Amino acid sequence: MTAAASTIKKHSFSPAQYFICLKGIVWREGLRFIHQRERFISALVRPLVWLFIFAAGFRQVLGLSIIPPYETYVLYEVYIAPGLIAMIQLFNGMQSSLTMVYDRETGGMRTLLVSPFPRWWLLTSKLLAGTLVSVLQAYAFLLIAWFWEIEPPPLGYLTLLPALLLSGFMLGALGMLISSLIKQLENFAGVMNFVIFPMFFASSALYPLWRVKESSPLLYYVCELNPFTHATELIRFALYEQVNWISLAVVVGCTALFLFGAIVAYDPARGFLARRNAPAG
Amino acid sequence: MKPPATAEIPALEIERIGHRYGTRVALNDVSLSVGQSSFTVLLGLNGAGKSTLFSLITRLYAIRSGRIRIFGHDVAAEPGAALSMLGVVFQSRALDLDISVRQNLMYHAALHGISGRQADPLIAQVLDRVAMTDRSRDRVGNLSIGQMRRIEIARALLHRPRLLLLDEPTVGLDIKARADILDHVRRLSTVEGIGVLWATHLIDEAGADDDVVVLHKGRVLAQGALGEVVGKSGGADLRDAFGRLTGAADQRELEATA
Repeated sequence: MTAAASTIKKHSFSPAQYFICLKGIVWREGLRFIHQRERFISALVRPLVWLFIFAAGFRQVLGLSIIPPYETYVLYEVYIAPGLIAMIQLFNGMQSSLTMVYDRETGGMRTLLVSPFPRWWLLTSKLLAGTLVSVLQAYAFLLIAWFWEIEPPPLGYLTLLPALLLSGFMLGALGMLISSLIKQLENFAGVMNFVIFPMFFASSALYPLWRVKESSPLLYYVCELNPFTHATELIRFALYEQVNWISLAVVVGCTALFLFGAIVAYDPARGFLARRNAPAG
Repeated sequence: MKPPATAEIPALEIERIGHRYGTRVALNDVSLSVGQSSFTVLLGLNGAGKSTLFSLITRLYAIRSGRIRIFGHDVAAEPGAALSMLGVVFQSRALDLDISVRQNLMYHAALHGISGRQADPLIAQVLDRVAMTDRSRDRVGNLSIGQMRRIEIARALLHRPRLLLLDEPTVGLDIKARADILDHVRRLSTVEGIGVLWATHLIDEAGADDDVVVLHKGRVLAQGALGEVVGKSGGADLRDAFGRLTGAADQRELEATA
């Protein structure tokens, strides 16, 4: 066979091939998304329940003052909408990363990881794909919320996009990192209790932080340090055509940190794959 | 480092590989090689270390001691080059059931940097090779297990690897489907010159002209052409040889611990 000789050569991929790989991973995630309608619907129902029930019940209890980016008094529903968008992304990030862990020993993850592309590229592509799905979910939520009188300025829908990409990426990378490092969190209940709930409640998603400060200064600092607060605020400001620079900096910084951590965790030489017990065979 | 392009380079060369999970030794000083266009049967009972070995070859686990080379490319040092020559059929199902055969193959092509336009003829070719051309638009979930296996083999061949690994590829198949798949893959090695490493616990899957590696409790007990292995062990056939080899090893182990 002459083919054998001709394939023995220095191996490298062109930038175009890197893009083909990325496109393929995103495309496949899109196909899965289309075929798993239940997942999409449940991702949409969750924030809507909060909006329709929780917010309706709470609007009389909680008085809001005028705080940026809002220029007038806003209804409680309007206040929590950005937090619920961030929640969609938080769930999506944790869920898709958990799927990766479940897939680890089965085919899905192996198929991805035996690709000859560098692993950081595969994981980043996978994260981007998951993020794009969460962006679609966020816009679907906003569409329904519009009928519930959550009407941000039209241009806000556009300025929201980069914020959504960034926050989705951060939360996806966090999920990937957490699920790779902590063995106890392999089921979703654990992730709910120890990651999603604390992050969601100790943030500015449901109540403005100045109100938290009034009741507990300590909790206030915890909220300020919570990256999820900054994802929420980045989204909130972007929805009203503004940039919250501090939140932007925090989200960018955390994204870089989490992504780096996740790539290290998935490195065969250092990461969790090497430490874990494999099934006998 | 560029390896010389000679025919003597084995498709797969495993040198003194060891691996442990905690204190449990999964592989102990394993060395074996698969020649170009060789059909090598990796024979071992469940728990012998076959899947661990596959995880190491595919770089899912880091290699702690020893070396693995694919056509001269070290898996640890040049993973891209090594993996691009490798096609794998995993033991567990690795296809998306919700999407079509063609979409699954397209995804795999993208993971190897093959564009949609280039992938089309390749897909047609590999589907033809496993006699599944007419099912390309079908949802994978609608296929039988045997057909899925054939699609997985087609997928593993899509990027034209020179080495094909199969981990217990006939699990769950009926006798007819098993024979079909064996036949397909054996033809690949003889006609296309692809090196094949076929891991199985089913002794009768090894053919008279195949190379055999006997793996038992993480150690290689024997390797070579089937006839040689049987001859050296003094057995009547491979089943007998396997029994003698593993029995003797267990006996030695027993004596060592006693």
